[in-house]
Amino acid sequence: MAQKQFREVICDAIREEMERDENVFIMGEEVAEYNGAYKATQGLLEQFGDKRVIDTPISEAGFAGLGVGAAMNGLRPIVEFMTFNFAVVGMDQIINNAAKIRHMSGGQVKIPIVFRGPNGSAGQLGATHSVAYESLYAHLPGLITIHPSEPYDAKGLLKTAIRDDNPIIFLESEQMYGLKQEVPDEEYLLPIGKAEIKREGSDVTIVADGKIYHVAKKAAEELAKDGVEVELIDPRTIKPFDIDTVIKSVKKTNRCVVVDESHPFGGVAAEVGFQIQREAFDYLDAPVLRVTIPDVPAPFSKKLFDLWQPNPKQVIDAVNNVTYRS
Amino acid sequence: MSKNNQNITSRTATIIKAHDLPKPTQKTHKGLKISEEELLELYRSMMLQRRFEERCMQMYQKGKFGGFLHLYSGQEAVSTGAAYVLEDDDDFITTYRNHGLGLVKGITPNEAMAELFGKKDGCSKGKGGSMHYFKPEKHFWGGHAIVGAHLPLAAGIAFANKYQENDRLTICFFGDGSIDQGTLNESFNLAQLWKLPVIYVVENNGYSMGTAVQRHSAGELVDRALPYGMKHDVVNGMDVFSVIEKLSEIANEVRKTKEPFFLEIKTYRYRGHSMSDPATYRTKEELQDYKKTDPIERLKAYLLERQIAKETDLQSIFDEVDKIVLESIDFAENNDFPSDEALYQDVYAEDDFPYLT
Repeated sequence: MAQKQFREVICDAIREEMERDENVFIMGEEVAEYNGAYKATQGLLEQFGDKRVIDTPISEAGFAGLGVGAAMNGLRPIVEFMTFNFAVVGMDQIINNAAKIRHMSGGQVKIPIVFRGPNGSAGQLGATHSVAYESLYAHLPGLITIHPSEPYDAKGLLKTAIRDDNPIIFLESEQMYGLKQEVPDEEYLLPIGKAEIKREGSDVTIVADGKIYHVAKKAAEELAKDGVEVELIDPRTIKPFDIDTVIKSVKKTNRCVVVDESHPFGGVAAEVGFQIQREAFDYLDAPVLRVTIPDVPAPFSKKLFDLWQPNPKQVIDAVNNVTYRS
Repeated sequence: MSKNNQNITSRTATIIKAHDLPKPTQKTHKGLKISEEELLELYRSMMLQRRFEERCMQMYQKGKFGGFLHLYSGQEAVSTGAAYVLEDDDDFITTYRNHGLGLVKGITPNEAMAELFGKKDGCSKGKGGSMHYFKPEKHFWGGHAIVGAHLPLAAGIAFANKYQENDRLTICFFGDGSIDQGTLNESFNLAQLWKLPVIYVVENNGYSMGTAVQRHSAGELVDRALPYGMKHDVVNGMDVFSVIEKLSEIANEVRKTKEPFFLEIKTYRYRGHSMSDPATYRTKEELQDYKKTDPIERLKAYLLERQIAKETDLQSIFDEVDKIVLESIDFAENNDFPSDEALYQDVYAEDDFPYLT
């Protein structure tokens, strides 16, 4: 076991899979000579050369679509977006080509491609650079959406994603790249679509994915000091969503708060809340609550930004609400 | 405005003729090394595409199937010439106006007709419809219906061929409407920058839906190659010999250099953009003028003039293809619709994907 940063395990996963399969290659803006805008591809150019580690122009529709075409024709591309906020320019290639061509061709064409890069806000970057896209991608049939929160999960899931025959959206975060965790030295894979109960508790269930998981975790630690035991579930994959693990937990705790970096309308929290009311209605002692980014774009001003970004206090307030402690 | 345009006075307004066709090649079939048997096969192939679509239109008008139907009639020399020149394992990708190219690449008339009817043995299992024909085992990578969105895919298919160091070429067809999309510029830049073995072909049929080419694109279409330093040319698309001659030169060059090429093929579609389009944006005179350059009639005249075939020979080819097309209608009508279970198949790699309900 070694302490590894999030960015290092992303790089390790890509390296291991490129060593294993010659058809795996990576392309994106600054992935090669620059070693990655966030150093998640450090050293790959040196090891694999410019045939397989490829700097692209700033041309998201071009290289996203080129990746899809290469996947149709036998390769396993990893396409890095410097952030998913820039992927929007190439989104037609993801939504209409990557996600639908298998279906429209009656299953004749497979598209094993991973689109990866940071998602959501990374501080005061203004509205265009701060959108969390997990709910939007999960909305679309044909795509798998993975949203890990910790290095161990990220490595095992990214390796599985690269081997998978579906088009995959793999969401990271600029603010997590420095995050460290013990990671095994030996190879391991993690299954897509399996949640992990990261803290067991009996008073309330909290579901939280990606970077926002750490906000929920901090809240859970605070609540424990106050005698409230949180069961904290990290879904890790948004689509397919492991609702069974959540339902089982809610049937035990009878209360749930969903914490999600999306905007509220039609977001992950909305879907999870709906599933809980349908599958565990009689078990609920309080309405399911959610803590999300508000229904407005990201503001720049520090004061407004702090109001916009979900924080542990909001999670604690929501828990107090569903446990009738407030 | 393009220097080649002529004005034609219509009943209601002065409108612009779609384009002027470049002069066809003067070479004979012998000069192009096309055998007499191959000539008849070219004729047969074009006639099959034409007849297939005439019957499609009838079936559509009878209400046998729904959805959109965009006909290729008039443009058959392009598909036929390209299939003649390129190897079976060269990769083809095109737009939603894909019936002709699908047929020449090996989708059978039965599979093609059944797809229009939405039946289970259609070339896309009834999930794609008229606009989304696929047959990757024959290197036909689809009909794509977002204008310009398949140009990056073609670059990717060519990228994979280069990566795998095989000798396959990719040929990507698109209409003059695609010229104006950003994806054309991004794809041209990547293809030239990374030296990808792809031939981009604009089938300039004069209209982006109902908007004449002079009203939707600045400058000459072929000049879009210039900023990228991409090799380029223009050819008459109403003459199958001209298409064959030009594409042979280009294919040889791209196979040798592994660099992209942009070819503008000037052609014309006889029908509206789709079945709901009465084509009031052009004059009857213009349509009649282009029909005088019809690729099938042109080849027919050539065959008769040189006594390569008799009227009766050509009539039997027509009868044969018409029979094939009628049989495809029978096949499509009798073929089953996809099962209810098929709704949840072919979306993900796994058949047991845990779909939300």
